[in-house]
Amino acid sequence: MNFQIATLLGQDGLTNGAIYALLALSILLVFTVTRILLIPLGEFVTFGALTMAAMQMGKTPKLEWLLLGLVLIDCALDIYQQIKRHIDRNKMKMVALKLGYAVIIIALLNNLSLSEIPMIAQIALTLCLIVPIGPIIYRLFFQPLADAPALVLLIVSIALHVTMVGVGLLLFGPEGARTQPFSDTGFRLGAVLLKSQTLWVILVSIFLIVALFIAFERTLYGKALRATAVNRMGARLQGISPIFAGKATFALAAFIGSASGILIAPITTLYYDSGFIISLKGFVGAIIGGLVSYPIAAIGAVAVGMIEAFSMFWASNYKEIIVFTLIIPFLIWRSMNSHNVEDDE
Amino acid sequence: MTQATEKNLLDISDLHVAYGKVEALTGIDLTLKEGNLVTVIGPNGAGKTTLLSAIMGILPSKGTIHFNGQDFICPNVETLVGHGLGLVPEKRELFSTMSVQDNLLLGAFQRYRRGDKSYDQTLNEIYKLFPRLWERRQQQAGTLSGGERQMLAIGRAMMSKPKLLMLDEPSLGLAPLITREIFRIFADLRSQGVSILLVEQNARAALKVADYAYVLEGGQIAMQGPAAELANDPKVIEAYLGLASKHQELLSS
Amino acid sequence: MKSRNLIIIVLVILAIAPQVLPTFQITLLNYIGLYALVVLGLVLLTGVGGMTSFGQAAFVGLGAYSSAYLTTTEQLPSWLAWSAGSPWVGLLIGLLLTAAVALFLGALTLKLSGHYLPLGTIAWGISLYYLFGTMSSMGGYTGISGLPSLSLFGVLLDKGEKIYYLIWTILMVAVWITSNLLNSREGRAIRALKGGQLMAESMGVNTFRSKMVIFLISALFAAISGWLYAHTQRFVNPTPFGLSMGIDYLFMALVGGVGSVWGALLGAGILTMLKQWLQDWLPLVMGGNGQYETIVLGLLIIFMMQRSPGGIWPLLVKLAPASWRKQNHIKITSSAAELPRRDLPQKGKLILEACNVTRRFGGLVANNQMNLKLHAGEVLALIGPNGAGKSTMFNQLSAVDTPSDGEILFLNQSLKGKSSRQVAHMGMSRTFQHVKLLTTMTVLENVALGAHMRGNKGIISSALHIEREEEQRLLKEAQYQLERVGLGEHLYTEAGSLSLGQQRILEIARALCADPCVLLLDEPAAGLRHKEKQALAELLKKLRQEGLAILLVEHDMDFVMNLADRIVVMEFGEKIAEGLPEEVQSNPAVLEAYLGGAE
Repeated sequence: MNFQIATLLGQDGLTNGAIYALLALSILLVFTVTRILLIPLGEFVTFGALTMAAMQMGKTPKLEWLLLGLVLIDCALDIYQQIKRHIDRNKMKMVALKLGYAVIIIALLNNLSLSEIPMIAQIALTLCLIVPIGPIIYRLFFQPLADAPALVLLIVSIALHVTMVGVGLLLFGPEGARTQPFSDTGFRLGAVLLKSQTLWVILVSIFLIVALFIAFERTLYGKALRATAVNRMGARLQGISPIFAGKATFALAAFIGSASGILIAPITTLYYDSGFIISLKGFVGAIIGGLVSYPIAAIGAVAVGMIEAFSMFWASNYKEIIVFTLIIPFLIWRSMNSHNVEDDE
Repeated sequence: MTQATEKNLLDISDLHVAYGKVEALTGIDLTLKEGNLVTVIGPNGAGKTTLLSAIMGILPSKGTIHFNGQDFICPNVETLVGHGLGLVPEKRELFSTMSVQDNLLLGAFQRYRRGDKSYDQTLNEIYKLFPRLWERRQQQAGTLSGGERQMLAIGRAMMSKPKLLMLDEPSLGLAPLITREIFRIFADLRSQGVSILLVEQNARAALKVADYAYVLEGGQIAMQGPAAELANDPKVIEAYLGLASKHQELLSS
Repeated sequence: MKSRNLIIIVLVILAIAPQVLPTFQITLLNYIGLYALVVLGLVLLTGVGGMTSFGQAAFVGLGAYSSAYLTTTEQLPSWLAWSAGSPWVGLLIGLLLTAAVALFLGALTLKLSGHYLPLGTIAWGISLYYLFGTMSSMGGYTGISGLPSLSLFGVLLDKGEKIYYLIWTILMVAVWITSNLLNSREGRAIRALKGGQLMAESMGVNTFRSKMVIFLISALFAAISGWLYAHTQRFVNPTPFGLSMGIDYLFMALVGGVGSVWGALLGAGILTMLKQWLQDWLPLVMGGNGQYETIVLGLLIIFMMQRSPGGIWPLLVKLAPASWRKQNHIKITSSAAELPRRDLPQKGKLILEACNVTRRFGGLVANNQMNLKLHAGEVLALIGPNGAGKSTMFNQLSAVDTPSDGEILFLNQSLKGKSSRQVAHMGMSRTFQHVKLLTTMTVLENVALGAHMRGNKGIISSALHIEREEEQRLLKEAQYQLERVGLGEHLYTEAGSLSLGQQRILEIARALCADPCVLLLDEPAAGLRHKEKQALAELLKKLRQEGLAILLVEHDMDFVMNLADRIVVMEFGEKIAEGLPEEVQSNPAVLEAYLGGAE
């Protein structure tokens, strides 16, 4: 291996690592606030990438049907619950707003010539399409299980992943897709050639991480989510409902997931089922962080990206084996340090 | 002492709570007038914490809870907080890895959500009431001493400007000097017109500050009356120290 | 109708099925049998033991690949040349290899807590899958073909309807073994893993060993299934051993009913048929030929988890008439010999002693310089207001927690470094403040768990039910203790349906079943009615008479004052008074601790 190759591999590792770090952070966020291990996070990644790809090919992304279907079910449940108790004017307004939102997004998707609008508009539309799916998924699948044991939550999470992969196949088909890079130019830094998308991925990731940090440190809503993670009962006693917290974190996870998908779509070809292995690598990072520490999780995730890139060079066949075997010593280390007497209550 | 109005802020009738098949509370009736400090005392395991948890909606219960002009049947916690009920739980439930100030601010979460921006003023009032919290406002809640934690828990509950503040064993594990200070604060709050429901094991201190008292024993109300009267009732001491049987023996011999 | 007759009917139907069904249906039944064998292991591991594994498919792969390689390779290692590529040797090697891998992975991952274990299984599940795909000697992703058919007693099992009998016979034997194991001394320890590990350890159960045993059994079941699969298909590639199949196995277990042996069969059946049916119909509805059945299956599982997390089997059991449901309880023969008993120490002998025990949690001092002594034939009560540090003290006395300073001596030996299991073997037995029972097991089984360390028959004799004599002795002892505490009428009641008071009494019976010399009781009178308290006091007095040393932490003052010989009062982690009940009751410090300072 010479310096040239090393810098190339390093770039790849850093790009993937940055994405894994974003995913690891949202996995941690969802887990600490809701106790749910969000396995289907990877599906948001593929949904984001494939929606962008569809738009760039001038096709209306079929994901709109998923959004419409979910919003309809969600609103129907809202109305049903209100009929059962009493009709609340404000809540009915919310129902109308949600329906209106879905209709507007779908109208936009069908009337704009998607391949010609600026890329920033494509990105915005993609996010507007996918992010609302997060909270609705929480409401339909996890909210009824708020007090369920951790194992049940894990199973539902896995089942949701399986379902979403199927939905991905149905909506996007089995073909892989790649999108245009955000910009064309490459940079030369001394002897090192930097790919522009690499720079985009790293910069946007850093921006998102800093934005998240500020949101959680400085705003009361961010603090409320942290508070739920630290002490659920304490948070409830301040009127911070776990349902609010759950929906908010799922929205964030959907946002980060689809944003990651949009970021890497120009670099790797993604298929409807590529998300799982990507999110699992985010999990490796999150586990290295002990499912509690955000900075260690981020560093761990970047390390996973690096190890993956370099093992690609030395032992490309064993790449996945190396990455996933790596997790086991960390699991043991974490397990030994975690102070658990009995987790059955 | 300020004059208490005659309006009932909290009115509980025939409250039952069961853990599985075992009834922890049977047929509790309890009333609290606006501006009053009512205490519920009783030995360990009498069901005091269960009572507060049921009122707060943490535990499912049977019976009606009438609070601030509305009936709640098995309500949920967040709704009640929104209606002005605050609880300082026995375990404090602080956000231990967050700063003291953040803990306090989160107490005003519902007000913030409603768009009430005057919580900064409440924060200042609380710092005035607990200067110790002001000194430690940047510190993590988990690093506070027992007494400071209790102050923080009370301060956090007060940030929501509750109509009724419920406190579960605020003196638990506190040294006598600090207990005295905490109770002095209750007397202060009461004179400012805050309604308080105080659950205590420390009967003497509680009876001293309260207007009215209930004695809970074995999940039922064994005695009730104006606090000053109960303070001198020998039966209260017996309930605590297991002298009741001795008493009977003496009577029979 | 008895459940036994039902089983016989099922067996008869299974036996004639290949004679009447078309080949395609038999193939489907073969698959169901193969899957059910793996799922059976999962029932044991996840449903009974509470350990979730997504990695079972990898063990299936180990079984399949071992035999596939050995029966097709041209260069058999010389030390295996004698086997001449026999599938039966392949099976043996496959089982050995699987056992070795399972032992290794188990040692690494079974101690993982909470979410880490399922994540760990995902990790090694994926790693093993990629390993099958990358090893060129295993044919890479194209796999190995041309495997020989099995032959048994000279009959070549080369057709679906022939190997059917082998698959289902093995499955039925596995079901039999599993049921036997669960209904034994070892089985009780295994069933305690889910939600009762702390309790089981303090009854002398080695919970790690129990975990390893079921992990190993489930891995071996999976490997046998893989071997059968390989020689039915006569072809292997990595796909059926990947993580998605691992997830499918778990789904089967959950749909059928992860808590019961028959749920495995039901789940494998339902999911296999449903998948087949969906694969036929969905493409017609949705167009194209993608694997749309995953959408339906995923949603089905989510719906199931929301509505009936126990699976379908428990629902069926509920629907069945009561006479079918009636379980056959093992009769306890009165002729069974009694278990040997420990000689109790002489009355008045010092049994348990705390010397200057201090326990700190960070900056908080929960116990400060605590001293107490407990003698044989004495009831010592530890009382104090809430938060005084009684529970911390109790935990240290029962070796759940270790003092920061000072030490605890039990029968003149320091408890430092001893686990609660070791202490149980030395003769200490306890109850729990929050009752720890296995609520779905009968009262008798719960109590028999207490006698765990008084038996010594192992897994194999349990699985084959050749330990019935010892089992009788254990159950007889449990029955004796239950009658003694007054629960003799409830032997076969589900423990969860007892009142809280009775559950507390049950805990005492369980503790006594261990034949201890010291009994530690954590709030035994809480939740008891007046009559029950009196009965409990009588029982404890009798035990004291027999020479047991009894320490109790209790809030009920009436109860304590009437029973205890001596009382130790704690406040703020320290001892503030010690003495006879009357002395303590009139002690001003105690009065102040309970009622608050009188100014």
